[in-house]
Amino acid sequence: MTIAGCVAVTAAIKAAGPIALGGRELPTWFTSVVILLSPALLAALVATQAFAEGDRLALEADTVGVAAGGLVIWRTGSIVACVVLAAAVTAAVRAV
Amino acid sequence: MSDVEAVIMSAIVFAGSAQFTAISILAAGGGAGAAVAAAALMNSRFLPMSAAVGPSFSGGPFRRGAKGQAVVDHSWALSSRGDGTFDEALLLGASAIAYCTWIGGTAVGALWGDTLGDPEALGLDAIFPAFFFGLLLNELRSRRARGVAALGTATALVLVPITPPGVPVLVASLASLVGLTKRARAEAEERQEAEGQPR
Repeated sequence: MTIAGCVAVTAAIKAAGPIALGGRELPTWFTSVVILLSPALLAALVATQAFAEGDRLALEADTVGVAAGGLVIWRTGSIVACVVLAAAVTAAVRAV
Repeated sequence: MSDVEAVIMSAIVFAGSAQFTAISILAAGGGAGAAVAAAALMNSRFLPMSAAVGPSFSGGPFRRGAKGQAVVDHSWALSSRGDGTFDEALLLGASAIAYCTWIGGTAVGALWGDTLGDPEALGLDAIFPAFFFGLLLNELRSRRARGVAALGTATALVLVPITPPGVPVLVASLASLVGLTKRARAEAEERQEAEGQPR
């Protein structure tokens, strides 16, 4: 029951955009908003995953790990090194 | 939820955060309606994402709607070309790989989860935010993008304690409406024209 409901709402949400839009020239305002959608959504995903536990804000081991990963990508540009180090630092902080 | 149900759920819902949200509500004694509503809120961020990729998909409405099912956070972010369009092949490919590992991972966890230990002890929960952080830093070339990212972060953090999970990210996506300003539109137009020129 729960699974069927999740399937239905998720499929509807994901299909809505492509069905409604597409196959036509884009107005400039739309493109302009879409360009900025990446930084807005990525920033919100990082913030909610690194600084929040459920419905409360929390600075925890994963916050430190993600910050370390950010440093790595800033200095080296390697996203693989960033992800590996973030996991390692998070695990190390938790182990302490 | 049984092992088989967990794997089936991964195969047909394919949206991790919504699955975890729904299951945590069931585990806490909530009803199916509450679990589905929470999952829908968690997935509401796919509404702006799917609207953004829609025009980049080829084929008729039915085919585009089917391709829309492949939209997940990381493939959406990876396939963004930065000029308002998306690389359809990259998005579908990245999602196909994720789909296989997602189902496989769910099966491994369901069968041997007890012997694998706590994934948090390995720091695995830091992988996605770190990955998104890396993609984000690549997006911050313009001052406007940095401002939008700051606004999105602030919006999400303010809303976390006062709204259900999923709402903060959806509302934060509204920061992209900064793109409606005259100067942002003018720059987007320049970028589109530059893309149209043969290189």
